[in-house]
Amino acid sequence: MKINLKINGVWKEVEIDPSDYLLDVLRREGYLSVKKGCDTGTCGACTVLRDGYPILSCATLASTCDGHEITTAEGIADEMEDYIKILAEEGAEQCGFCSPALLVMLYALKKEIENGKVKKTKEDIRRYLVGNLCRCTGYVGQERAIFRYLGVE
Amino acid sequence: MREVKKSIPKKDSYGLIRGLPVYADDLAPKDSLVMKVLRSPHAFARIKDIDTSEAEKMKGVHLVLTYKNVPRRIITRAGQGFPEPSPYDKFILDEYVRYVGDEVAAVVADNERIAEEALKKIKVEYEVLEPVLDFEKAEGHPSIIHPEEESFAQFDIGRDPQKNIAASYQMEIGDVDKLIKECEEDPDCVVIRERFYTQAQAHAMMEPHASYAYIDMSGRLVIVTSTQTPFHVRRQVAMVLDIPIKNIRVIKPRIGGGFGGKQALHGELLVSYAAWKLKKPVKLVYTRKEVFEATYTRHPMRFDVTIGAKNDGTLKVIDFEVLSDTGAYGEHALTVLMVAGSKTLPLYNKVDGVRFKGKVVYTNHVPAGAYRGYGAIQGNFALESAMDILAEKLGMDPVELRLKNVIREGETSEIFKIMGEGREGVEMIIKSCKLEEAINRGVELSGWKKKRGKKEKNGSKVKGMGFAVAMQGSGIANVDMGSAIIKLNDDGSFNLLVGATDLGTGSDTILAQIAAEAIGVSSDDIVVYSSDTDLTPFDVGAYASSTTYVSGNAVKIAGEKMRKLIIKEGAQKLGVSKDEVEFDGKVIKTKDGSKSVTLKDLATVLYYTENQKQLVADGSFVGPESPPPYAAAFAEVEVDTETGKVDVLKYTIVMDIGTPINPNLARIQAEGGVVQGIGMTLFEDVKYSEDGRLLTNTFMYYKVPSRLDVPELVVEFVESYEPTGPFGAKSVGEIGIDTPPAAIANAIYDAVGVRIKSLPITPEKVFFGMNK
Repeated sequence: MKINLKINGVWKEVEIDPSDYLLDVLRREGYLSVKKGCDTGTCGACTVLRDGYPILSCATLASTCDGHEITTAEGIADEMEDYIKILAEEGAEQCGFCSPALLVMLYALKKEIENGKVKKTKEDIRRYLVGNLCRCTGYVGQERAIFRYLGVE
Repeated sequence: MREVKKSIPKKDSYGLIRGLPVYADDLAPKDSLVMKVLRSPHAFARIKDIDTSEAEKMKGVHLVLTYKNVPRRIITRAGQGFPEPSPYDKFILDEYVRYVGDEVAAVVADNERIAEEALKKIKVEYEVLEPVLDFEKAEGHPSIIHPEEESFAQFDIGRDPQKNIAASYQMEIGDVDKLIKECEEDPDCVVIRERFYTQAQAHAMMEPHASYAYIDMSGRLVIVTSTQTPFHVRRQVAMVLDIPIKNIRVIKPRIGGGFGGKQALHGELLVSYAAWKLKKPVKLVYTRKEVFEATYTRHPMRFDVTIGAKNDGTLKVIDFEVLSDTGAYGEHALTVLMVAGSKTLPLYNKVDGVRFKGKVVYTNHVPAGAYRGYGAIQGNFALESAMDILAEKLGMDPVELRLKNVIREGETSEIFKIMGEGREGVEMIIKSCKLEEAINRGVELSGWKKKRGKKEKNGSKVKGMGFAVAMQGSGIANVDMGSAIIKLNDDGSFNLLVGATDLGTGSDTILAQIAAEAIGVSSDDIVVYSSDTDLTPFDVGAYASSTTYVSGNAVKIAGEKMRKLIIKEGAQKLGVSKDEVEFDGKVIKTKDGSKSVTLKDLATVLYYTENQKQLVADGSFVGPESPPPYAAAFAEVEVDTETGKVDVLKYTIVMDIGTPINPNLARIQAEGGVVQGIGMTLFEDVKYSEDGRLLTNTFMYYKVPSRLDVPELVVEFVESYEPTGPFGAKSVGEIGIDTPPAAIANAIYDAVGVRIKSLPITPEKVFFGMNK
């Protein structure tokens, strides 16, 4: 079947199988920032935005995204330049495998904070990002960068 | 020092954070055929019959591999120096399957869907054998896990496959039995005897293992793989597939973490054989379930520890007896066992006698292999828990007991010479050891004196403080070799080519800093390329905390040579002798300042106009010793007396790693290590069903720490300079993981008086301990 997806601002007609997950479709279409870290929707490495809200692309059937807007790390990297610089300064990307999805989550979090839906406290931010696993950093370095970027004391 | 001891961003941060395609699965050609592996549903079985005809007939299936049509050459998959101290006990595919998840067959198809369909059409008839699932009953079990005649060891590793023993080892300094007896009979002495267990832990690196292979324009085999050891992979694949090393190229792209889990062959053999046979690109990406079920775990161990000491706290004798479970194959069996002693016991170097003996048994579990802090974390839990027990028995502050006995700068331990990794070690006088300073600083930072023993209550919760010290190594002395090549470019920048393997740790970056420091230029002018067997010089790879020390020293040597070359060529260009010029990183000028040439101009001239040549320098390094980094760690916990749940509130770790080449990256290595250690201490546990099936085969069932599990973490490095290290550096990759099990167990005891001697320390164990 064919579906239409507006990926990172550009409409695309994509040929899919009805059983395809969005993750596999996006990777097939060349959006390789979207990572497959687990098969159970638990690691967060496949996070993308659908109409501005984060979803796990490994647990979302591509067919349910017909006509929707999808945003991946590729689409927001330029806008997130300041954060990218801070994370790099902290050295907290480490292996980098979970970094693009965290970038996506942080982009969404920033909007939620702006809209007053998430409080700008360390605890609330941690809870918002808890689904993004990282095995390298122990999270502490990541959070130094995130709190610095968001201006959380 | 201008370029080292400086926190610069990682050289690969641009691409990693933006999500550029940099990992093996991202880079695999779009037309790659896809390989899928049929895995054993039985813990131990012999394949009586395997029928692949239906699978082979399917449209889109290119190849089906079974033990019948792959070469039968035995190897060890362990990524170690050659000859390896691990037994050769693994075939590409075998008629025996030795754990649930062991490879039975592999299918290569047009795509994943067809490959998976084809797997279902393979008919296998198994003769199911009685598995060995209790490692304490493995020795002499009627089921012999490795009955094959071909398996062997490259040298004596104490292997006895007929008894399911993969390796064994023992050493003794002094007459330990006599010393223990004397202690027991002496009223001025105490003796403690304790048994401890450590569990299997899963690496759970975020990137599942991924490899692809293809044939290049010269007909050579190219393997792109998420490995920690590209040069070992090249040698091992060459050996098993009988292809000359010259016809194989192994490239490690960026990899998504390793922690030892990628220090071995996993998909590489199958994918290489299929690509070689089909002459087409083939890729194999493990599912998360396969990563859990069919790669590696940490070796579970049992320790029997005896310590004798004088009533004043002077240690007299330590005895360690260890049993280790290597699972279905003996990768790293001997070395992990030995490290449980060699990277713990020298902490207390002033004893009159010390003994270490142990056996490593085969079982029908997922094979155990290398995992960050291997052996050391297990041994540390046993030794440092035992020291805490001893301190209590002596009525001494655990810190005082350590300060009285720990190793100091200028001292040695006989163990260094006797125990290496899989072979003899080397003599070593400790040239840098700031453990005492680290302990004292940690006492201050953690509030040890005012918090310990106070049992401060908050509702049903009680606080406690625990302490542990640790040591590690820096590479494997006299075995691990690293090398580097530096070449000058025509704009005055440099390419640094290293075989060293960056798994995300930042080693490319710190090696660039070392090169820059040695040449005397800026790190910005160093372009790094690593881990490609065609283009970079040899390196054993990333393991045993070796890269900073071993590869770093090689880079330093190459950098110093390059500096000399620049000065020589600069002097020639200026028409003076080399003693008359100096180089400030940008300009070569005569000491009187009368003549000068910029490095950029010199480089351009050397390329295009006068005295034309390429400046290239190389360096190789083998550690003559393996200087240990040290750590002193203080855990503050809160135990809920109603549920047994333990929260770590604050973890303070003060480390002596020598010079931190890049303090930010070193700190994150320490933090990441501590958090993995906390996971192992409190909840990470590889569990099997009664018939040997892995129960913890997804992130739903195997919990790794999330950001809510992380305590307040205080990491500090004490001033320390290792004279044999590059600009004073030792290592940092593993030392961080070693202390949490003992420090937290000791803190729980301080809080509620419950001594947990088996990991992980679950709420149940603590609860039942309190309510015995």
